[in-house]
Amino acid sequence: MQYPADIKIIRVPCTGKVDVIHILRAFEKGADGVYVVGCMEGDCHFNAGNFRARKRVEQAARILDVIGVGGERVRMYNLSSSEGPLFAKYAVEMDEKIRELGPNPIKLPKKSAA
Amino acid sequence: MIVADKKPIEEIIEEIGDHKNVLILGCNECVTVCEAGGKKEVGILASALRMYFLKEGKDVKIDEITLERQCDHEYLEEIRDGIDQYDAVVSLACGVGVQFTAEKYHATPVYPGVNTCFLGATEERGLWTERCQACGQCILAKTGGICPVSRCAKRLFNGPCGGSTRGSCEINKEVDCAWQLIIDRMKDLERLDDYEQLSPLKDWSTDRAGGPRKVVREDVQQ
Repeated sequence: MQYPADIKIIRVPCTGKVDVIHILRAFEKGADGVYVVGCMEGDCHFNAGNFRARKRVEQAARILDVIGVGGERVRMYNLSSSEGPLFAKYAVEMDEKIRELGPNPIKLPKKSAA
Repeated sequence: MIVADKKPIEEIIEEIGDHKNVLILGCNECVTVCEAGGKKEVGILASALRMYFLKEGKDVKIDEITLERQCDHEYLEEIRDGIDQYDAVVSLACGVGVQFTAEKYHATPVYPGVNTCFLGATEERGLWTERCQACGQCILAKTGGICPVSRCAKRLFNGPCGGSTRGSCEINKEVDCAWQLIIDRMKDLERLDDYEQLSPLKDWSTDRAGGPRKVVREDVQQ
């Protein structure tokens, strides 16, 4: 099982821990895309963690749209912990999607500013 | 508490205009509870603004500070030493905080980052409803703890009016008829006899009609 090497995994105890600011900071630091992988809906050990994460992903997408970075760069996926191949499939899907969109538009001005 | 709602980012971008050093100033009190202007919202707004200006190729410095309160001198004083480095402040406090900050730091433009809405309660997370209009002469003792000034669309004192239908107000079926709530509550309290008493005219001089108000408490003044 393989997935694209340029994906950096940040582990959290539950996707309910992921907040809008975490997603925005990732983009601010130059990430081209962010996706949150939570448990299947209805299977959250903490009842609503993955639903909260989905809402926050949607909020982050709205903000990214407003500021022109692009809300389609952030996405929520759900799978169960035993679905390794599906995890890899989603990683490839997201990687392809982001390659289509190109780099994070704040990257170039950021480089020239530095 | 004072309930506020976030302003759209586009509006805040417009407020900032050509300023180059901007402080996003949050407040740890009411606006934190209603998730409009606390430390978390300050972080999100500042991050979004930094990315926006970077993408636009504009060199704008956005800093974040959240004070305990913006409606008290002692907490606002905490930014005195650093305020000169900013050419604008976006305050995420209620209208009181925005004005108090602007009064204190005359030379720095202070812009509002939230819309201040009303005095209300958190019914559930994400749902805040109005409970008080600060009329200056509380009559809740006579109305079973339910306020007709803030919750009756007509501010009636001897209600309900003819527009009350099955417990709803005529302006919107989603709005409870305050007087129906009062009657139900008086029934529960076995005080329906009190409801029969006509309320005299209310003295509105303590309300906004008399212009800006103040409370003077010589006993606690120093």
